Amino acid sequence: MTVAILNIDWQTLADGLALGAIYALMAVGIGLVFGVLRLVNFAYGQLVMAGAFALALASQWGWPVWAAIVLCFAVVLTLSIAMEHLVFRPLRGHSPAVMLVATFAVAFLMQSIALLWFGSLGKIATSLAYLNRPWTLAGVDIRKIAVVAVVVAVVCLVLLQVLLTRTEIGLHMRAASMDFSTSRMLGVRANRVISLAVLLSGALAAVVAVMLTVQSPLVTPDFALRDTIVVLAGVVVGGLNRPIPATLGGFTIGFATGVLGGALPTNQSQYLPALVFAAVILVLLVRPRGLFDFSKTVERV
Amino acid sequence: MTLTIENLDVRYGGVHAVRGLSLTVAPGEIVGLIGPNGAGKSSTLHAIVGLAPATGSVRLDDRDLVGLRPEDVARSGVALVPEGRRIFAELTVEENLRLGLAARRGRGAPDLSPVYELFPIVHEFRSRQAGALSGGQQQQLAIARALVAEPDVLLLDEPSLGLAPSVVDVVFDALVAIKERGLAVLLVEQRAQRTVAAADRSHVLAHGELRLTLGPAEAQDTDKLVAAYLS
Repeated sequence: MTVAILNIDWQTLADGLALGAIYALMAVGIGLVFGVLRLVNFAYGQLVMAGAFALALASQWGWPVWAAIVLCFAVVLTLSIAMEHLVFRPLRGHSPAVMLVATFAVAFLMQSIALLWFGSLGKIATSLAYLNRPWTLAGVDIRKIAVVAVVVAVVCLVLLQVLLTRTEIGLHMRAASMDFSTSRMLGVRANRVISLAVLLSGALAAVVAVMLTVQSPLVTPDFALRDTIVVLAGVVVGGLNRPIPATLGGFTIGFATGVLGGALPTNQSQYLPALVFAAVILVLLVRPRGLFDFSKTVERV
Repeated sequence: MTLTIENLDVRYGGVHAVRGLSLTVAPGEIVGLIGPNGAGKSSTLHAIVGLAPATGSVRLDDRDLVGLRPEDVARSGVALVPEGRRIFAELTVEENLRLGLAARRGRGAPDLSPVYELFPIVHEFRSRQAGALSGGQQQQLAIARALVAEPDVLLLDEPSLGLAPSVVDVVFDALVAIKERGLAVLLVEQRAQRTVAAADRSHVLAHGELRLTLGPAEAQDTDKLVAAYLS
């Protein structure tokens, strides 16, 4: 069964949705930290990579799935906290350029360490490989991971939304991302809000690591690097400063990448990144404030 | 609690914004801080709340505030209504008030009724987006947001700036009511005459130094005011 145009079938659409869902989570993870620190964490992909290596090692050691996932979360959260304490916190208040370059340095440092420890050939994470098998629904085959990824992403986003809108600390986080210095002046604890944002962002990176390793079980030191660049483009296309547009941006670029990747004939798939980034440039030229930023500019006297 | 400032100095790089300022504000008092632009009025407030680098002494009764982080100053009982109101436009009026509770020290459910009583408009529009309020309503919200934390000291940075005369009256009436509730109020203002009339005493600041102190009886003495500004 196919959906007329190009070569898109239901499986391709489902894969597109799944990649969109994963990229949306990465976009939220990057956006949470940007909100409170005004810092684009380029090393986000390396957090995902570290989680993926944790999963690969766990499956090599024959650990059960739940223990592998616990290890993945432990590694990613520990690294997130370390990153915050060793890099973000000391550099807070410096110019965005300094902070961005610092996250580049962290990214390449982590990648080099992974290269030293695990080599360039990488390791294979197989614990959850069975999720790649299809479910047959009404005669259509859909990989289980596609459904799982979408469900997990929706659950994560709903939980996050509840936290941000229904709790005091969530209100403090939203306020801090709008105007940090006024929030502090009102008594909002800066370090607590930043730590929570970094932890939530790390937890999302761990979730992403689990789902990406199901889709591509070979974990190399540059794992998730390309995804991070694509997601960053998506976040900018959506509107960096606003959580929902940024999430939609991440989803859109993931969906587009997934569907185009499936639809392009195999011998033309090398054009995929070029097509995606050409679309990004086009969107930024037409809507420089972001594809999903519909807020009007209001001038007050 | 009494706010005591002694020999306060504020320097931004090469700019010496406040030079050796000393003043006190006791509970149930309004103290005015007036003077031309750039005299160091806002810098004084920023130094008190930990937003500007300060040397000297700023004490709340016996507790030293110099060097504390802004959130810790707020949690010690000093609330600032900043210049330009700094309302969270995308949040509702009620969410803005809940943010004000971040600095609250007491336990148990907060009682917002005294604040609503003072500013009925804030109660009426509590579920609206704060950005949709008029300038005067936003100013009332900014003061209400500072008050919900039940501070001992209220600092205000030009609360009447850009407001219609009728709203200025509302703000000044509210300040008197706040003072009568036993708060220590330090008011930075451009409206010199109005401030001198409302405050228990007003200090004229120029070039970061305290030049003159005026009592309410001197509000009509424009010669003295003008001389202080031009000195």
